[in-house]
Amino acid sequence: MDIIVCVKRVPFTQEVDLEIDEKKKDIDKASLVYVMNDWDNYAIEEAVLIKEQLGGTVTAITLGNEEDEEVLRRCLAIGADKALRIDPGAIALDGYGISRVLAQVIKRFAFDLVLTGVQSEDDNQAMVGIMMAEHLGLAHAAVVTRIEIKDKEAAICCELEDGLDEQSTIKLPALLTIQTGINEPRYVSVMGIKKAAKKGVEKISLEGLGLSEDDLSPHTIIEKIFLPPETEGAEMIAGDPPRVAEEILRILKEKGVRS
Amino acid sequence: MKQIFVLVEHRRGEIRDISFEMLWKADELCRKLSLHLTAVLIGWKVEPLLQKLAGRVDKILVVEKEELKDFNSDLYKEVLNQLIQEYQPFLTFIGQTSWGLDLSPCLAVKTGFPLATDCLDILVENDQVMAIRQRYGGKVFTQVSLKKSAGYLMNIRPGSFPSEKAGEHSGEVVKKELSADLPEPRKHFVEFVESGAGEIDVAQAEFLVSVGRGIGEEENLSLAKDLARSLGAVLACSRPIVDKKWLPKYHQVGTSGKSVKPKVYLALGISGAFQHLAGISGAGTVIAINKDPKAPIFRVADYGVAEDLFKIIPALMETLNSS
Repeated sequence: MDIIVCVKRVPFTQEVDLEIDEKKKDIDKASLVYVMNDWDNYAIEEAVLIKEQLGGTVTAITLGNEEDEEVLRRCLAIGADKALRIDPGAIALDGYGISRVLAQVIKRFAFDLVLTGVQSEDDNQAMVGIMMAEHLGLAHAAVVTRIEIKDKEAAICCELEDGLDEQSTIKLPALLTIQTGINEPRYVSVMGIKKAAKKGVEKISLEGLGLSEDDLSPHTIIEKIFLPPETEGAEMIAGDPPRVAEEILRILKEKGVRS
Repeated sequence: MKQIFVLVEHRRGEIRDISFEMLWKADELCRKLSLHLTAVLIGWKVEPLLQKLAGRVDKILVVEKEELKDFNSDLYKEVLNQLIQEYQPFLTFIGQTSWGLDLSPCLAVKTGFPLATDCLDILVENDQVMAIRQRYGGKVFTQVSLKKSAGYLMNIRPGSFPSEKAGEHSGEVVKKELSADLPEPRKHFVEFVESGAGEIDVAQAEFLVSVGRGIGEEENLSLAKDLARSLGAVLACSRPIVDKKWLPKYHQVGTSGKSVKPKVYLALGISGAFQHLAGISGAGTVIAINKDPKAPIFRVADYGVAEDLFKIIPALMETLNSS
């Protein structure tokens, strides 16, 4: 089973106070810590679990600059055999453009499965994976929570809404977008990542992929970005913890859930 | 006449709310821009669903075939592409649901139309189509413009618009025969499985103490459990807690878990991803404790505490124990 996994390095923004940058087109990322996109943690883990069970190879691919290789080294430490970074240079790509580039590179490989996360934590678009499947002419499924490989097909489970799952079978090769919780991503140590870095990362530039300017021109353009008003809506309870606690208990009594 | 297509999402013989929400927004845009509103209903034996759509749209395009009985993006993509080529809709609305996530991106590539996903609102000004969406887990909003095209695909976030009927329309039903054969699908539906059943039912609880990522470590979960027990509340949680296997799925509140309607929902360290907020829209009073004052949960909470939950929970326990 040869598996390709697409991963992305993203700024960690949970419980972080975000500010808009000067150009008003993005957040100010200067003080942010970067991590592997959470969905991709599950995608690479799933690929390595399948490899451990059935043999084969795992290739991790990212699109980004040299700093983004950090997530590829993590993939190598988890168990990927090969890592590949596509350098976009100065070109800004949107979700569609990213899907074109990734598909053009993946085309060169023989594979049985392509895994991506359902979406990225920064853009929240959930489109790159399935667009890639269409460029590559692959069978696909989104929001996958279980994969069981059975020869030339896979039994899969996709998460729907309201606690409902859908079980289906899909022919291989296929592209699946992986939902969080499908597995328990393993812990990798800093030492492990350092050691894995010795495997090296192959670099590919956009030129030479045979894509035209039109292929890469954005379908969506961010015109402006804005923060919602702070704590809009809620009546804020201020004060020291004992006072806040008393106020919460008063509200609980008022709403009839405490006597 | 230029028109807006709305793909009607249905499951197990019921039209899902997202379909009506999309019709509401499409109706508003149709009146503003003098467009025709067309619902697209794909499936098998969908006759009973027609009356729910009657009067809400100008036209219902119905494509019925036995192989379209269960949702299948390979087949739905082909059907929609044929209809889009024939009718040339200006906008096509599809839900930002499990269906939509699997269908719209491949349809966008197939048609060559730009796609904006997870749209909270759609704006059309001087033929420029724009979408309001969020980035970074709902922490910032963006206005996005779409590249000029003959048509546009928009995935609409559930819960963004009302679901009631707006305008009155004729509701002409047009049964469509496909102009080309459907391909052999590569994915086959087997069955639906309920994943959310368990020993407690958070959907029925009157008072929920719900814990999210802000709890940090698994061993801290006991703080939330103790608080719930002392308050006589049922313990619930958001998705990250279930993903980490710290609590079974039947505790999970949100789009993929349970929708709840307690008198009080006390959220501890929950930032408020839209999938979670969708699950608590029926709650009476929401009290949120989160150290990030910009957490989206404060936008829907009635009361908020922008403070570290590790300071507030012990204070609550102390006050409870001393009274």
